[in-house]
Amino acid sequence: MTTDAVYMDNNATTRVAGEVIEEMTPYLGELYGNPSSMHSFGGQVGKKIGQARERIASLLGCRPEEIIFTSCGTESDNAAIKGTLDMASSKRTVITTRVEHPAVLSTCREMEHHGYNIVEISVDKNGRLNLDELENSLDEDTAIVSVMYANNETGTVFPIERIVSMVKSKGIVFHTDAVQAVGKIPINLAELPIDLLSLSGHKLHAPKGVGVLYVRKGTRLAPFMVGGHQEFGRRAGTENVPSIIALGKACQLAGENIDDENTRIRKLRDKLEKGILATCPDSRVNGDTQNRLPNTTNISFEYIEGEAILLMLNRFGICASSGSACTSGSLEPSHVLRAMGVPFTAAHGSIRFSLSRYSTEDQVDFVIEKTAPIVNRLRELSPFVTT
Amino acid sequence: MWDYTDKVMNHFLNPRNVGTVEDADGVGEVGSLACGDALTLTFKLDGEGRIGDVKFKTFGCASAVASSSVLTEIVKGMTLEEAERVTNQDIAGELGGLPEQKMHCSVMGQEALVAAIENYRNKGKVRHEKEGTIVCTCFGVTGEEIKKVIRENDLTTVEQVTNYCKAGGGCGGCGGEIEKIIEQIQGDKADTHRAQKPAKTRKLTNIQKIQLVQQTVNEQIRPKLRADGGDMELIDVEGNKVIVAFRGMCAQCKMAEFTIKDVVEAKLREFVSDELFVEEDKDSAGQQHDHRGDGQ
Repeated sequence: MTTDAVYMDNNATTRVAGEVIEEMTPYLGELYGNPSSMHSFGGQVGKKIGQARERIASLLGCRPEEIIFTSCGTESDNAAIKGTLDMASSKRTVITTRVEHPAVLSTCREMEHHGYNIVEISVDKNGRLNLDELENSLDEDTAIVSVMYANNETGTVFPIERIVSMVKSKGIVFHTDAVQAVGKIPINLAELPIDLLSLSGHKLHAPKGVGVLYVRKGTRLAPFMVGGHQEFGRRAGTENVPSIIALGKACQLAGENIDDENTRIRKLRDKLEKGILATCPDSRVNGDTQNRLPNTTNISFEYIEGEAILLMLNRFGICASSGSACTSGSLEPSHVLRAMGVPFTAAHGSIRFSLSRYSTEDQVDFVIEKTAPIVNRLRELSPFVTT
Repeated sequence: MWDYTDKVMNHFLNPRNVGTVEDADGVGEVGSLACGDALTLTFKLDGEGRIGDVKFKTFGCASAVASSSVLTEIVKGMTLEEAERVTNQDIAGELGGLPEQKMHCSVMGQEALVAAIENYRNKGKVRHEKEGTIVCTCFGVTGEEIKKVIRENDLTTVEQVTNYCKAGGGCGGCGGEIEKIIEQIQGDKADTHRAQKPAKTRKLTNIQKIQLVQQTVNEQIRPKLRADGGDMELIDVEGNKVIVAFRGMCAQCKMAEFTIKDVVEAKLREFVSDELFVEEDKDSAGQQHDHRGDGQ
């Protein structure tokens, strides 16, 4: 397999930063102690985990003891929702949105089978959340509201500040899946009274297999895993030491790079988007271009199908993703695009490009150059294009 | 990523016979934009009544394009009688096989061929009309079309039917009806299969039956499912109908239909009664697809 990929699929996963690998490597080798041990060989590992916790807390603007390490973003989402419901025995309603990641949506739908009432808030054609619908849905039976910070498919960023104040004014627990937002846009939990927040290591240049659930001090949450006393009793199990240390470093780097993310990467993304729209007729951007992650663009190419586009891009080493039905083995296109009312003609032909700090202008130029001929070629095959 | 054969990729990247035959004798149009794939097939007969020129235009994924392309190669030079005998398996076979979930692409090719031949026979006046009533409203698939794929491909589960003609792949509301069609067609086979089993001699009271069902679920079935990260709950027993709901991995699993028949029902029949049949709780979890592999 080729290693010189033109990698434009950073919302799926990211390259582990060189500095991160360097930081974690000793803990895969000679420094193998157990952080819970009562000797300094293990204790030095415990200190390093403490440092990782501080680095993450510093990126998020919270306290180190509010950081709970998990195995991934999905675990964090499950733990937040189920752990809250376990503690709120009389309240039976969960409010979420129609465009959440499956980690949240499937969790909610599973809880529906345990007798909970699930409310999914709709979005408009640009993917913006219907805030009136959310406000009207909040009632005394609501145990938790879970709204993603930013959407993985379109990059649309929700007005979390307004949503949090709406939810907290009713005293309801608020969780946000911030897997796509952390490291891409500034988040300050000192100013945002979010109760629970999920993040995932491999979306911000740490390895796969490590995540965080932020739990605001005082939040009532049943542990997802029980056993030892690790993670303040909130999540038992011996720590994934090298990956936790890696995530700490990755969060430190994310803090240092967040300005670059919002200037250089944003410019590259805008150049890519403008370049493709200018060279490909009948193409359109999906999502809220006013409130969007700086690295993401989701473009629909009418009359052609996403998997075919991806395979053609793949021939040039270009990695992207699609909301088409065919790419997932399901028969229906992306639930996010459908919730937005994107017509089928456009949903099947949607492609997401997502950049990172490793993206270059040369790569962007290369993708622009290769996309239009691919789109034209597939349109020659399409029965819906008459020439 | 799909594991496509070299031949699929070859036909996708270098499709043969792309376009529209001018003054075509037969035109077949199947699929739609909403469905995610669509194919228009046009042909013209030569002096000997054989397919002389044939072209296609396809909207769809790599396997849809490749199925259409290889179909044109297969039928070129055939008489219409020969072409009518081409099956979706011929198309998939010629490509060196297709992923199971993509078999509907080969079915679409075969349907376009049939539609084009019908269009020729009706002298272009009547468009290909679907036979039978619609069973799957999400993808507009009729009972006749479902029966055809079951017969020609010897399908035994709803999951397979979905892979071959998309029916049942949307809201899933027609799953029960598809199951009945499968039973109707595969019925003879199933009946002989059942008759061979020794009948249980014990006569159980209702209470005994429910207790035995619960015991079998707890001791025989749930450990098996849990080993795969799933779980199952017994919801109710009504006469011989056992209603269950899947949890954990099983609730998401596309193999749930298979699990019901081949694990749950099999064990219950083995340990409790041959007459039991199992149904999944209708409100069971809807599957969430992760389209992009954005695993968290």
